[in-house]
Amino acid sequence: MIIGEGKPINEILEMILKHKKIIVAGCRGCVTVCSAGGQKEVEILSSTIRLAREKDKAPIEIFETTLERQCDTEYLEQMRNYIDEYEAVLSLACGAGVQFLAEMYKKIPLYPAINTNFIGVTEKQGIWSERCQSCGNCMLERTGGICPITRCSKSLLNGPCGGSSDGKCEIDSEIDCAWQIIYERLMELDLMERFEEVEDIKDWSTSRDGGPRRIEREDLKL
Amino acid sequence: MKTESKLEKLLEKGEFVVTSECGPPRGADADIIRKKGALLKDAVDAVNVTDNQTSVVRMSSISACIILKQMGMEPIMQMVTRDRNRIAIQSDILGAAALGVNNILCLSGDHQKFGDHSSGKNVYDIDSVQLIQTLKLMRDQGRFIGGDEIQGKPAMFIGAAANPFADPFEIRVPRLAKKINAGVQFIQTQCIYNLDRFEKWMEGIRGRGLHEKVHILAGVTPFKSIGMANYMKKMVPGMDVPDEMIERLKSVDKEKRAEEGIKICVETIERLKKIEGVRGIHIMAIEWEEKVHEIAEKAGLLPRPVV
Repeated sequence: MIIGEGKPINEILEMILKHKKIIVAGCRGCVTVCSAGGQKEVEILSSTIRLAREKDKAPIEIFETTLERQCDTEYLEQMRNYIDEYEAVLSLACGAGVQFLAEMYKKIPLYPAINTNFIGVTEKQGIWSERCQSCGNCMLERTGGICPITRCSKSLLNGPCGGSSDGKCEIDSEIDCAWQIIYERLMELDLMERFEEVEDIKDWSTSRDGGPRRIEREDLKL
Repeated sequence: MKTESKLEKLLEKGEFVVTSECGPPRGADADIIRKKGALLKDAVDAVNVTDNQTSVVRMSSISACIILKQMGMEPIMQMVTRDRNRIAIQSDILGAAALGVNNILCLSGDHQKFGDHSSGKNVYDIDSVQLIQTLKLMRDQGRFIGGDEIQGKPAMFIGAAANPFADPFEIRVPRLAKKINAGVQFIQTQCIYNLDRFEKWMEGIRGRGLHEKVHILAGVTPFKSIGMANYMKKMVPGMDVPDEMIERLKSVDKEKRAEEGIKICVETIERLKKIEGVRGIHIMAIEWEEKVHEIAEKAGLLPRPVV
């Protein structure tokens, strides 16, 4: 899923400083699962903003809502009835959700309340880590199911580099060396002969380097 | 013989070669390169020029190589894949070859986190193994990565690095084999302090006959002080400095420690010379180029042969 993290409250307060009546909109998708932008976070953030503004003698009216998803017009449409009554929307959706909201409601200012960090997993309660860079051309079958593009700090397709030490990456002793893990997996799967084959230069055109991406599926179009 | 490289000629002749390193300045003063070059000129066969090492901005490797070339020296242009995409890499290879640079060392480079621009973006469009492949493709097939034909092939002697001290150890021989598969012709190793581990790595190399497919130059770096030794041990990723080396430096008076560092370096070279499959020594005297001649002399590596 997409992992996000709330922005610092002072940054948010600064963004909405001039507004007196706003919508705080959460999303029940990924950001709910990673506890960054679901209903609970909407409630906490709204209360925090109200308190801060009261303290500054500049009270603010907040309408709290959490949409099923902000990356889907069907759910964004639900805001149409009341959005004009407000000065701005503070969205706790990922970057995609915030942008889709902006595309749909062109006349109202939008503010992001979270930073969208990565596509990742919940390692354990309160710990998330990155797993995919959405390069658009998956090669996991060749690397024992471990992505070197995402998990090697240098995205080396023919690693490990000379900085791998005790299974950790040279840039941070908290980060596992992806190639150490790949090596262990290939050993376990008895696929080490694969290691010496040079992984060819990658075609990055399916990645963001090829420009903003779009998928069209004829079988699903209405 | 594929190139005009003096280094390649010497290695093909079976000479035991000596190379060293010259780090470009953090400014546009060419005299700094010239001074370093003059210190190294008669002591070594070829000189590596680092490419923004430790991710700190410096004069470009390619231009410092040209300055050394103008002095009649043999530069080895280091190139990292951190800062350039395939377009810039191939363009710089053509430019360097056009200006008479005959040797290249293919590296992935230190992550920018270590440098003075840690908020920058890295590139890593290709990695060091793929850079070797690229050089071979351009030189031997006269083609760009994109497939088009090159008018005027860049004839470079292709090198890469190997670090027998990084983990996992078991992968270090296969990784060299991979670089050989990609087309590498010479290897310069990380600084060797743990000779036992290096010998074990070389055993693995010989066991597969890889020493006959690639010229291996063993890397050494003299310690200037205990501070430096400790820094190398604790701060430099993939560096293996045994405790007894630090103890040995500690055992002499402070003002004699640099001298002891040189002594250790010379003894290391003596031992490396005897290892089957080691074809030369790469002396990396970091900001201590004035000592390279002395080290080479004491290790019996002088005079250097004339090609």
